[in-house]
Amino acid sequence: MGKIQLTAVRKSFGEVDVIPGIDLTIENGEFVVFVGPSGCGKSTLLRLIAGLEDTTSGVIDIDGKDATNLPPARRGLAMVFQSYALYPHMTVRKNIAFPLKMAGMDQAEQDKRVERAAKVLNLTSYLDRRPGQLSGGQRQRVAIGRAIVREPSAFLFDEPLSNLDAALRVGMRQEISELHQSLKTTMIYVTHDQVEAMTMADKIVVLNAGRIEQVGAPLELYNFPCNLFVAGFIGSPKMNLIEGAEAAKHKAHTIGIRPEHITVGDGPWEGVVGLSEHLGSDSFLKVSVEGIGTLTVRAPGEVHARHGDRVRLAPAGKIHRFDATGLAI
Amino acid sequence: MARAQSPRRRLITTLAAWAVALIIFFPVLWMILTSFKTEASAVAMPPQFLSADWTLENYAEVWARSDYPRFFWNSVVISIGSTLFGLAIAIPSAWAMAFVPGKKTKDLLMWMLSTKMMPAVAVMIPLYLLFQRLGLIDTKFGLVIALMLMNLPIIIWMLYTYFKEIPGEILEASRMDGATLWGEIIYVLTPMALPGIASTMLLNIILAWNEAFWTIVLTTTKAAPLSAFIASFSAPQGLFYAKLSAASAMAILPILILGWFSQKQLVRGLTFGAVK
Repeated sequence: MGKIQLTAVRKSFGEVDVIPGIDLTIENGEFVVFVGPSGCGKSTLLRLIAGLEDTTSGVIDIDGKDATNLPPARRGLAMVFQSYALYPHMTVRKNIAFPLKMAGMDQAEQDKRVERAAKVLNLTSYLDRRPGQLSGGQRQRVAIGRAIVREPSAFLFDEPLSNLDAALRVGMRQEISELHQSLKTTMIYVTHDQVEAMTMADKIVVLNAGRIEQVGAPLELYNFPCNLFVAGFIGSPKMNLIEGAEAAKHKAHTIGIRPEHITVGDGPWEGVVGLSEHLGSDSFLKVSVEGIGTLTVRAPGEVHARHGDRVRLAPAGKIHRFDATGLAI
Repeated sequence: MARAQSPRRRLITTLAAWAVALIIFFPVLWMILTSFKTEASAVAMPPQFLSADWTLENYAEVWARSDYPRFFWNSVVISIGSTLFGLAIAIPSAWAMAFVPGKKTKDLLMWMLSTKMMPAVAVMIPLYLLFQRLGLIDTKFGLVIALMLMNLPIIIWMLYTYFKEIPGEILEASRMDGATLWGEIIYVLTPMALPGIASTMLLNIILAWNEAFWTIVLTTTKAAPLSAFIASFSAPQGLFYAKLSAASAMAILPILILGWFSQKQLVRGLTFGAVK
């Protein structure tokens, strides 16, 4: 079980409305990612669900029961924090067993569950160490271990990978995804990294200034962004947004073309290459086109264009159209 | 970059440090020397430093004339008792102030500190009368309460600063893990703040041990601790400096030993937060 339903949930700190009112349903077993720029309220929303912050108004239902005023401990959720928040004075074993001890579980059952979690997370040989003696990745695993032993109805992750280096992050991302596959428990994951959101989520919730901009599957958001904010936020590098005469040709106020949907070689647009970045698999070009502005182009493989070269570009994919209020047409 | 230190500069710094230390320590040293002199040598003018007549008689007489073990025991009970009682109240208070502060928390902390700036004499009469009504005069329990209240602001302030250093996320994690408020304080906060709690405890034991005003005012014989023991040697017939010194040396010896063995902990505790 792990269905979470938010109804008109509002949170304000004094005069400031951090979350002006959110309705959202998270189905049992879903992997939902809250994504948005810093300060968009995604962490606050997670903390409201966790019970670490009180709602100003609105209702939070967990598994059909009103949990709005329940303390965190009684919501049946587990959380993994950005700083890992391990207990520094306890061994790994005691850290993982802590929620079980608090639940008053007998020692034999505690040991059994800790051993099982340690095996899943490759922590067996570290059980008697303290968090201070572990690497960042291992600490993260302990934090996850502490969350899984109590078999919660949902997991909450608050930017869990942002303290890890790039290589480790990719590895942990896969591990968390695999964990979700095997546990089939609801997971809510907060990140500002849209790559994490795209790769892990069943459903992405894009937040901006405390409001939900769009909810959908990763490719749904990529292919059909409902407004300019989502169009600009999802996808890397960012979608090119063009206004003016070029947009008017498509009967729109603004048009958007993803960098990977522009080809180099022949085409109606001519421009001068500013910056060119070569990643091997792809080449990113910033091309300044007269009457349009600077366009980012993502070309597969190696493109031999250098600063100052003149190139011709052509749109070769979906052109997204937006009206004057920024909504997709 | 470390500041360059020439040998000469280091020598001067070392000498200056020794000079300051000696000036601070001199009264204690003089007291210990005096305690081994005869009464005549003790009051001799000019003061005799090394040429005095040395004797152990003062200690023997002080021991014979009064019940040192009882005073000592009273001091132990009062200083440790008031400190533990104080901690039991201060840990939850400091937790509340550090982790769920209200709008007036800062003001409350300042107000508590301000009570320490009030001269003790100002509350002497009301407190004495109150203790008299409650039958707490000359009881160890009464002194435990009085000293606990005197030192409570300091205990809360010290713990508050230690608790502020503990990341709130760890306490939130314990809440998510199902810990009740007491579980959070007992299993997570207290063990993490243990170095701070230990130095607070030591400092308060020392403060309570050395307290002389209230211990003398509120006791007569039964509950009198070592500070009253010293005072009992300043007789109306005049001061017997050598015996007074011997009594003082016996009174400060236990706390001096405690301070010596725990100095690392004390210094670490007092600079906690300043040096990370």
